[in-house]
Amino acid sequence: MAILSVKKLTKSFGGLTAVSNVNMELQEGELVGLIGPNGAGKTTVFNLLTGVYEPTAGTVTLTRNGKGKEIQGMKPFNICKAGMSRTFQNIRLFKDLTVLDNVRIAMHQNVKYGLASAFLHLPAYAKEEAQLVEKCMELLRIVHLDGKAGELASNLPYGEQRHLEIARALATDPVVLLLDEPAAGMNPAETAQLTELISWIRKNFQLTILLIEHDMSLVMKICERIYVLDYGMIIASGTPEEIKADKKVIEAYLGEDVNDA
Amino acid sequence: MKNMLQKRWLKTLLSLVAAYGVVQLLIAVGVINDYIQATIATICINMVLAVSLNLITGFTGQFSLGHAGFMSIGAYVCGIITVANPTLPGFLLGTLAGAVTAAVVGFLVGLPTLRLRGDYLAIATLGMSEIIRIVFLNMQITNGAAGLNGIPQFVNWTWMFLFTAGTILLIVNFLHSSHGRACISIREDEIAAEAMGINTTKYKVMSFTIGAFFAGVAGAMYASYFYFLKPDLFNFQKSVDILVIVVLGGMGSISGSIIAAVLLAVISTVLQSFPELRMVIYSLVLVIIMIFRPQGLMGSREISAALFRKWGEGLKRVFGKEKERV
Ligand SMILES: Nc1ncnc2c1ncn2[C@@H]1O[C@H](COP(=O)(O)OP(=O)(O)OP(=O)(O)O)[C@@H](O)[C@H]1O
Ligand SMILES: [Mg+2]
Repeated sequence: MAILSVKKLTKSFGGLTAVSNVNMELQEGELVGLIGPNGAGKTTVFNLLTGVYEPTAGTVTLTRNGKGKEIQGMKPFNICKAGMSRTFQNIRLFKDLTVLDNVRIAMHQNVKYGLASAFLHLPAYAKEEAQLVEKCMELLRIVHLDGKAGELASNLPYGEQRHLEIARALATDPVVLLLDEPAAGMNPAETAQLTELISWIRKNFQLTILLIEHDMSLVMKICERIYVLDYGMIIASGTPEEIKADKKVIEAYLGEDVNDA
Repeated sequence: MKNMLQKRWLKTLLSLVAAYGVVQLLIAVGVINDYIQATIATICINMVLAVSLNLITGFTGQFSLGHAGFMSIGAYVCGIITVANPTLPGFLLGTLAGAVTAAVVGFLVGLPTLRLRGDYLAIATLGMSEIIRIVFLNMQITNGAAGLNGIPQFVNWTWMFLFTAGTILLIVNFLHSSHGRACISIREDEIAAEAMGINTTKYKVMSFTIGAFFAGVAGAMYASYFYFLKPDLFNFQKSVDILVIVVLGGMGSISGSIIAAVLLAVISTVLQSFPELRMVIYSLVLVIIMIFRPQGLMGSREISAALFRKWGEGLKRVFGKEKERV
């Protein structure tokens, strides 16, 4: 069943059409890659899917618990509630807050206690806060940050900040997870660890994942299918093998060898 | 967790009772005279103002220049009600009505203006507080520019203390809740907050409304303690004075606002004896502090047991080295 279905998605910035007529379909549990040269429009696609930008045209349908819902043009926080979460290419953590708070804030939409409990710290507050911390620590354990829960996010090394972004995205309890270059700036060892982490969370959280990545070794290794974007248009889609052999893709990456991976 | 919470509560309660008791005792034995009492009242009112503005500006990241406007609403509503009904319940009702009115105005003003960012919001809130001032200036019931006189004084040290401690406790509690963290996430990164499911408009308006409510409480405290109100007390300068306390103490630090409120009152009291130089020295002190601590006295940290421990360790290290050298 299609969890995420994108039809004719288009975005123009003035005269520039950054995303043009993009069609994509993600099946339940799939791990799909979205690749393309710099400036191809990959991040813009994410921004359209998550409501940062309103599409000029096109529809996005997200299915949760068997119920489809058109989410294009909705506010980002409502799209998040509908089940889509993401990480950011240029890390956007809550820098001056602790690692724990970063994850805790992402759980806010499921917090039930009201303002009275918040102001007076009534029993409902204590009970739910304790549960929150427990859930957050579980997520932090998965990304190996449970030992750093009390540290400020800005004090983490780069690679760990990327891990924290993933934990924070998971905390919103998504059905679809969008990862924007999660391996950027990582060394090969860190990338290998991240590759494993992504496979693990997909399996254990029953997630559907769309992944933007320049690191071809990562993409070719874990993605079942790949979409290739160039100048805002999908120029190819298929299995890693098919993509590697595609003439248009090789042209788009002129000079960069896709087969390198 | 529960045990820890109870322990924290107990500690807070004990230190509060101690602080209250000491001042009450000093008043009883006459060490604190009327003049010092008025200074203490000013400090309390400024703490409530600064802490509530800090919630909006320091914690939620929304730059507001209209806090004096909300204060004046609380002051006039409470003043008018207490004049009409000069009893303690009348005063308490007036305080509640003043705070709620300020909150309602805050909500109505916040809804459209909080979509604006940075400079625009500052100008919009500034405009709002000027409009409020001019409305009070032209109303019959407020007695216009001549001012509202003879408001019965119900606020003594006990009430000052209860209102101030109550405000601080409630706001600190709020900030340590999921709702408060939602507000803080807006300051940190609005786009990320939205992407993580935070309705940023809702929490901006909420923070603004809560801030306005407690500014209204501060206004009521002022009206009842100083028993005279005129619109000019709540001009642009007053909003800036409150902002100065917040910035000086540290945006995003409640302890910072508390310390700065005390510090500025003390400086300004000491300088009373040099009226010609008062504003010059006052401004100079501000400039010097901001040069050496641009993030404010406390930055965004709070005074806590952990911080004291850290300072202790730092001192030990310094003195430890001294010993080694000797
Ligand atoms: N807010 C905006 N206003 C105007 N143009 C924009 C905006 N956002 C993106 N663009 C343009 O859209 C095009 C696609 O940008 P996008 O960031 O989506 O590329 P990308 O594929 O993510 O590239 P990279 O691999 O470098 O991250 C670029 O030409 C960019 O300049
Ligand atoms: Mg990008």
